[in-house]
Amino acid sequence: MAINWFKYSAPTTFYGLAGKLIPLFAIPAVVLFAVGLYIGFFVAPTDYQQGEFYRIIFIHVPASILSMFLYLVMAGYAALGLIFKTRLSAMMATAIAPTGALFAVISLWTGALWGKPMWGAWWVWDARLTSELILLFLYLGYIALHASIDDPKRADRASALLAIVGSVNVPIIYFSVKWWNTLHQGSTIKFSGTSMHVAMQQAMFITLLACWFYAIAVVLARVRSIILERERHTTWINELPEVK
Amino acid sequence: MNGLDIWMRENPITYVVLGSYAVAFLIFAVEVALVRHKRKITLQQIRLMREAGEDE
Repeated sequence: MAINWFKYSAPTTFYGLAGKLIPLFAIPAVVLFAVGLYIGFFVAPTDYQQGEFYRIIFIHVPASILSMFLYLVMAGYAALGLIFKTRLSAMMATAIAPTGALFAVISLWTGALWGKPMWGAWWVWDARLTSELILLFLYLGYIALHASIDDPKRADRASALLAIVGSVNVPIIYFSVKWWNTLHQGSTIKFSGTSMHVAMQQAMFITLLACWFYAIAVVLARVRSIILERERHTTWINELPEVK
Repeated sequence: MNGLDIWMRENPITYVVLGSYAVAFLIFAVEVALVRHKRKITLQQIRLMREAGEDE
């Protein structure tokens, strides 16, 4: 049976679908965080070079990956909204931005906490760290620009351009450790394999999945509020059971 | 080495858990609370608008 995906690109139908999907992502996120952190702290061995400090990896790497991917997803939705004028795309881009910004904050914060015992400094103007900081500023710029324009359609268009232009920063973050000599270590996980202990890999992938599920759940919850706010003058909103 | 450097090397797990994970989960909790609050406020506004419309 073919699914009519276009049906769910309308806020009217997506609102209900998002409501049903939130627990399907939120509950597994909690379970996966618990399992991932259990493996990370009680099963994974101590690193022979970094000792216990390496355990920051189980939140630092997922947060960094999410901050980059969410930016690309946000820019993708913004571009869809700009090209096809689909209302939901712009709403999704607006809903993703705060979560992406928070993941960038967590990435920078946990990176600083990891950097202090390993490098002897909370912060260095290294290519990876600086480009991640620029990513945070791009998120904040997107949020600020969108909030500063009263007309939602104009706000969507202006911030979409910023999101699309800013997406050039994501490959710079990813390849910065290859293109430049950085203090930040290179990719631990490569397509050719990894030198990480299997328990460390399991913990990292499980917490990465947990972060994805958390991000999807919270973005869906936020987009429902944005739909309510923007469609408040329509009759279907007034007929919702939670409004009555 | 200052006091914090010595403390973090003597208590690495506490440093990792409190510094990274506690902060990250606090951020998640604040975000969830803000999203729930926003929904509550938006629904209240819509109800008020609806009631104002019915009164007219």
